[in-house]
Amino acid sequence: MSVWSRREFLKGSLVAGTGLAAGVGFPTILAAQSKEPIKVGILHSLSGTMAISEAPIKEVVLMAIGEINKAGGLLGRKVEPVIEDPASNWDLFAEKSKKLLLQDKVATVFGCWTSVSRKSVLPVFEKNNGLLFYPVQYEGEECSKNVIYTGATINQQATPGIDYLMSPEGGGKTKFYLLGSDYVYPRTTNKILRLYLTKVKKVPESAIAEEYTPFHHQDYQTIVGKIKSFSAAGDAAVINTINGDSNVPFFKELANQGVTADKTPTMSFSFAEVELQTLDVKPLVGHLASWNYFMSLKTPENLKWVKAYKEWCRGHNIADKQCVTDDPMMHAYIHVLLWAKAVQKAESTDVDKVLKTLEGLEVPSPVGKYKVDEKNHHTWKPVYIGKIREDGQFDVVWKTKGWVAPEPWSGVTYPGRGCDWSNGGKGSFDVVGGKRVWLSDKS
Amino acid sequence: MIAGPGGRAAAGPGGSDLESAARRLAAPGTQRDALGELAGSSDPAVERLLRALKDGALYSWKGRMALLADDGGLTDLAGRPLLEATRQPVQLESGQEAVALEEAHFGRVQRMLERFEVFGKDPAKRQSAAFKLGASGDSSAIPALARALEGETDRNVRVALEDALAKLRLRSPDAEDRLDAVNRLGRRASEAAVPQLQALLATETHPTVRAAARSALEQIDRFVIQRNAVGYLFNGISLAAVLLIMSLGLAVTFGLMGIINMAHGEMLMIGSYTAYVVQEVFHTRFAAYQDYYFFVALPLAFLAAGLVGLVLEWGVIRFLYGRPLETLIVTWGVGMILQQGARLYFGDQTSVNSPTWFRGGVEVLTGLIFPWSRIFIVALALGALGALWVLLNRTYAGLRVRAVMQNRAMASCLGVSTRRVDAVTFALGTALAGVAGCALALIGTVDPEVGKTYIVDSFMVVVLGGVGKLMGTVVAAFCIGLSNKLIEPAIGGTAAAVYAKVAVLVIVIWFLQWRPTGLFAQRGRAVTESA
Repeated sequence: MSVWSRREFLKGSLVAGTGLAAGVGFPTILAAQSKEPIKVGILHSLSGTMAISEAPIKEVVLMAIGEINKAGGLLGRKVEPVIEDPASNWDLFAEKSKKLLLQDKVATVFGCWTSVSRKSVLPVFEKNNGLLFYPVQYEGEECSKNVIYTGATINQQATPGIDYLMSPEGGGKTKFYLLGSDYVYPRTTNKILRLYLTKVKKVPESAIAEEYTPFHHQDYQTIVGKIKSFSAAGDAAVINTINGDSNVPFFKELANQGVTADKTPTMSFSFAEVELQTLDVKPLVGHLASWNYFMSLKTPENLKWVKAYKEWCRGHNIADKQCVTDDPMMHAYIHVLLWAKAVQKAESTDVDKVLKTLEGLEVPSPVGKYKVDEKNHHTWKPVYIGKIREDGQFDVVWKTKGWVAPEPWSGVTYPGRGCDWSNGGKGSFDVVGGKRVWLSDKS
Repeated sequence: MIAGPGGRAAAGPGGSDLESAARRLAAPGTQRDALGELAGSSDPAVERLLRALKDGALYSWKGRMALLADDGGLTDLAGRPLLEATRQPVQLESGQEAVALEEAHFGRVQRMLERFEVFGKDPAKRQSAAFKLGASGDSSAIPALARALEGETDRNVRVALEDALAKLRLRSPDAEDRLDAVNRLGRRASEAAVPQLQALLATETHPTVRAAARSALEQIDRFVIQRNAVGYLFNGISLAAVLLIMSLGLAVTFGLMGIINMAHGEMLMIGSYTAYVVQEVFHTRFAAYQDYYFFVALPLAFLAAGLVGLVLEWGVIRFLYGRPLETLIVTWGVGMILQQGARLYFGDQTSVNSPTWFRGGVEVLTGLIFPWSRIFIVALALGALGALWVLLNRTYAGLRVRAVMQNRAMASCLGVSTRRVDAVTFALGTALAGVAGCALALIGTVDPEVGKTYIVDSFMVVVLGGVGKLMGTVVAAFCIGLSNKLIEPAIGGTAAAVYAKVAVLVIVIWFLQWRPTGLFAQRGRAVTESA
């Protein structure tokens, strides 16, 4: 187990101490250091179970950094990546982030995938006032001062998925089977979706079924049987938040028992192009996914970006079959752009100054402009629905009109709760009697 | 053929008629009426026009209507490319807007397009289109469905079309017609018709039709209960077969020989990866015979896992006979090495595609399908069991195995090479695991950690059955499989799959408290040596 030994801890505090001393004497040595590279951390699992999803993220972050350096670097300095591999081990995430912040003194970290890894590094970043860019869609209910969340919140992925299924294009579905793995992301998503369906969409409780299976569950016979009965009249859809390997037996069982995407579509939120390359796609063809980006989007910016990444693959020994782009990769790419633009504008890598400039900052992306919210450290983005094709890519069948604003605290589960870090804001707040009560003051 | 705008030919939608309809679609004021006129058509040209309208590919070009083809060129309404005076294909000028489909008509166009699908080429699509039309409640689809039924030859599609017609006829103004439709749906015991029948019951005033609808609903209810019972039973048997095939190998290595092989799950994994490798080789080398790869993979999985077992026995286990705890730890370590090896070589997730004739299944009752892959696993499990039984009980080799396991010293005295028997028996156990892994790849995942999901269940089956008895393993597999799949639907709630597993574990624990030796009494080398 990777618990910090006392010696390492002492070493860590010693480093922190010197860091502080260096900070005090900063202006005097600034000139001498000015040609030194700016270090940035990359904290993604390159081994273990999450490597399949996280390793490509590292590639695009390196690609973005390479592009910045090619264009002359930042503030006259090169950007130098420091890569750490937390090996899909949640404790190691915290340990490695300490190393990045205290020992390497990186200006920012691009990292994490699973919610549990983010939760485990959060105290480290908050205590040491680090800066983390997080690229993956997640369940919300979090709004840290030290994190910029570029992935989708639930209202930027899951609820538009429901809107689509209920629209005439999506088949006008009126019944929903919420199926997920038994952990925080599916539970929270489904809690919000259930409220969204009943309160906003006026779907009766009897038209919603909810079910969870353990990790690595293999036998979906009974559940698929239930789904079949539930959807017999052709008016139901499945909302799938099953994690990882269990998707394979689930979709195989669906196909084998004759549940077709045409009649009973499954909308998934947890696999994109990268994961599809490793699955048997045949039973999934025609089913749906909701993301903020698809590799198959035909915008000139995206065609250019995909081409650049293909070139990167050729230069870095990545097989052509594995060389695909997806939503978290796109977010990982633009969060490097966001950070670089903020540093340039702030003329400093100081975390507080960078955070200040990030408020309301816009950058171009493969899907058009992306904007950081003025207040809550999340981003504005379009939402697309895609239909899975035989080749593991998606046909885009629907998109939202324009940007969808981020809601870190869902309006249906926490009415009146918001988040504001601008102008002396203290993060999450509740509105009580027309006045803001900061959550941090409550506890 | 020239016709002025708005000119309409009397017979079917000819070229000029289509042109005028397209014009009317393009004008916002007349779009609605134009859609109404096209409603009854089954002309492919009308389908092309509507699809273009929906996809935003209908344009007005130099005073005539044109469609945007996939290659970026324009075609006329019949699908012929439009050419410039210079014989060059026409390209759209930039900035030109497509004819807009009003938001309010989107659903209507969608339904009209679905109507065309019942005349399509793919039977699965025709069936699905028929179903959707039946569920739409749109009586104007009846003529199209009836016409499709006349020309339909596929049995399944015919049934779907008849169901769809019956559902729509529930809304007929004629009571006789409604009664006929209700009776048909009742006879078909179609679960899909329940919402429509309930809706009918809520509004129907005619007493005979009401009574018929009520009895049809009861009929469907009864059928669904019976069908579900059959379904649960099959699920149970199928899970039992999965458990049986994954623990047969362990019944030999642990049951007969008393070796606690923690790498048993990895032996299954080797079988799964063999299937994967053979599939990939077929894919690149013998693509024409892709569907038969599985028959090559199955014996290869047997050999590959058996070979690994032989090496494992020779290299590690033979030094540890009679030391179960050391064996446990060492084989666990070997399992981890194999896992990491697979991860390094194959990456994190790979998948095995079922051969095409293992996809889908056989519909035994309306709405109840037994998947071929599961039927195959049941057959394979029984086949492997039979072969193992014959081998152990009806052959000379089996006799020697039993002799060594029951009384090693005496067998040795009589000239049986106990070393060789040990090695071969262990290899046989792992080879059986390899076959299991190969078969389970059809329904599950293939990844480095797949062994973990199998090992606990395998040990549970063998221990519950009583170590050392093949019959015990069989009975235990069926007890666990059936009880798991019968408890799961009975529990309900949001985590039935979890609680069913918990319930089965509790039952097993309780049973072993009561009978520590399992279902069948223990015999074999472990007993002889400890006695």
